[in-house]
Amino acid sequence: MKILNCPLNGPRNISEFVHGGEVRDMPDPNLCSDSEWADYVFYYENSITVIKEWWLHAPSGYWFIAERHTATDEILKTYDPSEIYKDRVEFSQPPKESVA
Amino acid sequence: MPFSLLKYGLNKDYPFEKHADLPAPTELKSSYDVVIIGGGGHGVATAYYLAKYHGITNVAVLEKGYLGGGNTARNTAVIRSNYLTSEGVKFYTESVKLFEGLSNEFDFNIMYSKRGQLTLAHTDAAVRGFRQRAEINKHFGGKTELIDPQQIRELVPTLNMNPGHLPVLAGLWHMDGATARHDAVAWGYAKGATQRGVELHQLTEVTDVIVENGRVTGIKTNRGTVNCGCAIQAVAGHSSLLAAKAGFKMPILSYPLQAMVTQPVKPFLDPLVSSPSLHCYVQQTGRGELVFGGGSDPYPLYNTRSTMDLKESLLAHAIELFPFMANMRLMRQWAGLTDMTSDYSPIMGLSPVENYYLDAGWGTWGFKSTPICGKTMAELVANGGKVPELIKPFAMDRFKTFQQVNEMGATAASH
Ligand SMILES: Cc1cc2nc3c(=O)[nH]c(=O)nc-3n(C[C@H](O)[C@H](O)[C@H](O)COP(=O)(O)OP(=O)(O)OC[C@H]3O[C@@H](n4cnc5c(N)ncnc54)[C@H](O)[C@@H]3O)c2cc1C
Repeated sequence: MKILNCPLNGPRNISEFVHGGEVRDMPDPNLCSDSEWADYVFYYENSITVIKEWWLHAPSGYWFIAERHTATDEILKTYDPSEIYKDRVEFSQPPKESVA
Repeated sequence: MPFSLLKYGLNKDYPFEKHADLPAPTELKSSYDVVIIGGGGHGVATAYYLAKYHGITNVAVLEKGYLGGGNTARNTAVIRSNYLTSEGVKFYTESVKLFEGLSNEFDFNIMYSKRGQLTLAHTDAAVRGFRQRAEINKHFGGKTELIDPQQIRELVPTLNMNPGHLPVLAGLWHMDGATARHDAVAWGYAKGATQRGVELHQLTEVTDVIVENGRVTGIKTNRGTVNCGCAIQAVAGHSSLLAAKAGFKMPILSYPLQAMVTQPVKPFLDPLVSSPSLHCYVQQTGRGELVFGGGSDPYPLYNTRSTMDLKESLLAHAIELFPFMANMRLMRQWAGLTDMTSDYSPIMGLSPVENYYLDAGWGTWGFKSTPICGKTMAELVANGGKVPELIKPFAMDRFKTFQQVNEMGATAASH
């Protein structure tokens, strides 16, 4: 059994968690080009390194961040997202759709 | 014992050297017309068809480990064409056709064994999906039918028709479903390619890709640098790492995929049986072992370790399907590194580097496509980068233009 240390619930079996993908900045969907958006949604570095990623503790619905090595699978750190997201991220308003 | 065998036994030289399937290793040349990175089934199949159909033989296949030691050696060898999209079905149907003739073509037995694949539907939605897949498959020349529980009982009398309280409602019976000896496929292609002059370099790791003015000009390896007219990467789970060396990103994440096999028992299971709802498939090999496979690991990782979690979840489901298997013993477990795309279709064709071609994104389902990949990749190279019709839908660019080829429903847990 592999253990993941949840910042909220403490050490739990990794089967209680859902992997949420790499932490990266989302481009403003209303201002970025299609190609930038595709890049954000589909393309990955997918390299051998320590990455920061989102994890969800499913039973408690709590999202947090873990730093994990993508080859050794060692989990180096886990913490609450507020440690890196200090401010609210704002995006522009979508253009009004005209209703025919 | 035949006298000749005794003579071989006492001979201090290995007597088969002159009949060896592969030529002895040589030094790398300074330059090749084509360098193929990755000596798995896809790499050697490409080399084979380049030599056979296009007369291009100044080709090196560079393999960091040994021939076919990657996913080619690790897959569960399911061959089928009952996918969902017309692009996919057309492509896989061609591959199944090629597979059927390979033993004859190689004069080397790949143990092609056509026993049909049965996929189980446990929900109404799955039944509807199967009906669609059966029609698409028939349209492109495959043999696939939707069958009812009575027909399923006749095909697989040992199957529990109410596994995990998910009653079996119907089945997708794919008569073309088959298996083959995966190693033999790589060996057959490698033998045919090297006999025609292609060089296979094992223990040769590509460490860098030299790109000048948007074109690849050379490949660096642990045994020196070679120049090349063009290059192809066919490195499965390592696709993103190679692409990074060539200077671009791919829409791929690498996940471990695990499988396992039991001790042999008497033959009782002819078709390949798969249950997408239970994330599991089971088949009996010619030697009597039962092979189990399922979905990829739950998160990306460059590692081929085995986990207890997967053994538990996969076997619990397998035992739902065949309860008497609970007493069997596992003999081996292993994993491979799979290059997953988000639409469960491959990435074939051009890359952002002009003469650097891609055969990637084969994830958990690329053994069955080995022949057609080799054939179409060879055509692409021989025509100087003109993409064959059959693989156009699989261009990497589809992710930039939002034209994915969604095979998820037909791939997950069936491979
Ligand atoms: C457990 C498991 C079960 C599967 N089951 C099925 C199935 O039932 N049916 C099916 O169709 N598919 C299945 N697959 C998928 C299938 O195995 C693969 O898609 C297919 O084998 C890919 O072939 P390949 O030749 O591209 O890759 P590989 O056989 O992996 O070959 C790639 C080669 O590239 C080499 N390489 C990597 N990096 C470098 C480098 N830098 N320099 C030189 N060489 C390098 C590797 O050593 C490797 O030998 C399964 C996979 C796994 C892991």
